[in-house]
Amino acid sequence: MADLLPDHPDFLWRNPDPKPSYDVVIVGGGGHGLATAYYLAKHHGITNVAVLEKGWLGGGNMARNTTIIRSNYLWDESSGMYEHSLKLWEQLPDELDYDFLFSQRGVMNLAHTLQDVRESTRRVNANKLNGVDAEWIDPQQVKELCPIINIGDDIRYPIMGATYQPRAGIAKHDHVAWAFARKADEMGVDIIQNCEVTGFVKEAGRVIAVETNRGRINTGKVALCGAGNSSVLSELAGFELPIQSHPLQALVSELHEMVHPTVVMSNHVHVYVSQAHKGELVMGAGIDAYNGYGQRGSFHVIEEQMAAAVELFPIFARAHVLRTWGGVVDVTLDASPIVSKTPVDQLYVNCGWGTGGFKGTPGAGFTLAHTIAHDEPHPLNEAFSLERFETGMLIDEHGAAAVAH
Amino acid sequence: MLQINCPWCGPRDETEFHYGGEAHVPYPEDPFELDDQQWARYLFYRANPRGLLSERWSHAVGCRRWFNAVRDTVTYEFKTEYKMSDPRPNLGNVGGAL
Repeated sequence: MADLLPDHPDFLWRNPDPKPSYDVVIVGGGGHGLATAYYLAKHHGITNVAVLEKGWLGGGNMARNTTIIRSNYLWDESSGMYEHSLKLWEQLPDELDYDFLFSQRGVMNLAHTLQDVRESTRRVNANKLNGVDAEWIDPQQVKELCPIINIGDDIRYPIMGATYQPRAGIAKHDHVAWAFARKADEMGVDIIQNCEVTGFVKEAGRVIAVETNRGRINTGKVALCGAGNSSVLSELAGFELPIQSHPLQALVSELHEMVHPTVVMSNHVHVYVSQAHKGELVMGAGIDAYNGYGQRGSFHVIEEQMAAAVELFPIFARAHVLRTWGGVVDVTLDASPIVSKTPVDQLYVNCGWGTGGFKGTPGAGFTLAHTIAHDEPHPLNEAFSLERFETGMLIDEHGAAAVAH
Repeated sequence: MLQINCPWCGPRDETEFHYGGEAHVPYPEDPFELDDQQWARYLFYRANPRGLLSERWSHAVGCRRWFNAVRDTVTYEFKTEYKMSDPRPNLGNVGGAL
């Protein structure tokens, strides 16, 4: 029978065995790790790089997020990071020669209370000053952009308006991982799956090798891109991170005709909804309250976000849940990421992206690659250091983080 | 949904409880003695083990009392619940010490 099957299509990347030594080892083969490898090779000419992934490529949060991309954050530091990331997104389909269905269909952040309205208009003004496209729209404009939404005043938290970022949107997340992987591989990066890091070898305060389930790998530099498992990695490396790992859940409905033309997020009633290209309604909300590494959460969280979605979109009342799932997100106290040097020489960390890491994939890779190559941060990630928790220069983005952290 | 055993009320649904994060983090005895690094550790650094964690819960819509529990952060299984005034139970490698 096997000879009747067509040939296997071309593989997008090789599956090499680990070499004894690399210039840079990246721990974590998700979006951020792959983007870092790509930018190391493309911008810094560093191609003797291994990406070590304990499971399969892009199988963690990269396969579990709700794919929303936007840059409408409040503070200058965040605007710099997320807007640069959005500009990279706009180039990447051509640059990576891969149509990963990046769709700039706009993102709305709804306001339901007077405080929401004040926070939202302030954020729109801050965005405009930072060159980020943003506008404040009234309920009628909300309805024009998204006809299925209920702007009546007969619900518990009527819609009082929204911020709108037209350049924001969604992309197909697994294709993004594959696109980065293919290009990084072409430039010489070794992507090594089923390779779990079990320890770090240090000499005089500097990392010189990683221990893995496939043997010791010597390296000049190491970058941690472990998302929800970052604390586990940093403990192996001998330092602690100010993050907590939580379950974050999402769900999809069965396939429907296209009814939802944009992305709608509501911080106050706690749901965000878009419609994937195939037709599923994709929804998510805030984290489960407790610490958890189990890649699953409690069902009442799903029930609450569906209740919120049906109140905002009455048409969803007869839709059925097809599937729910969870990932593990690494959350900081100021709802901003850490892209930084660490107490260990030549070891760098990218973590703390919480519930919003997907949109930051190119930005994280771009800034972390620079930090690795130069042993100092890029101006865009200078403020996102570990030291900010000691200096007090926090980047408090709870308002713009869109969901509870 | 988790079922959580309140030491005073017995087993109840998770939705009756409020999570309080890591247990056994005392306020510094003399805050003026701490430097910036030590303050940062007190304010922002909490244990985040993949495994057993001793943590605080409040029976928020029940008896409204706080208690401590040891829970596995991978399986979410509660190993034991105990009063906040009690020492951390000796269950081997329990995360939660700074």
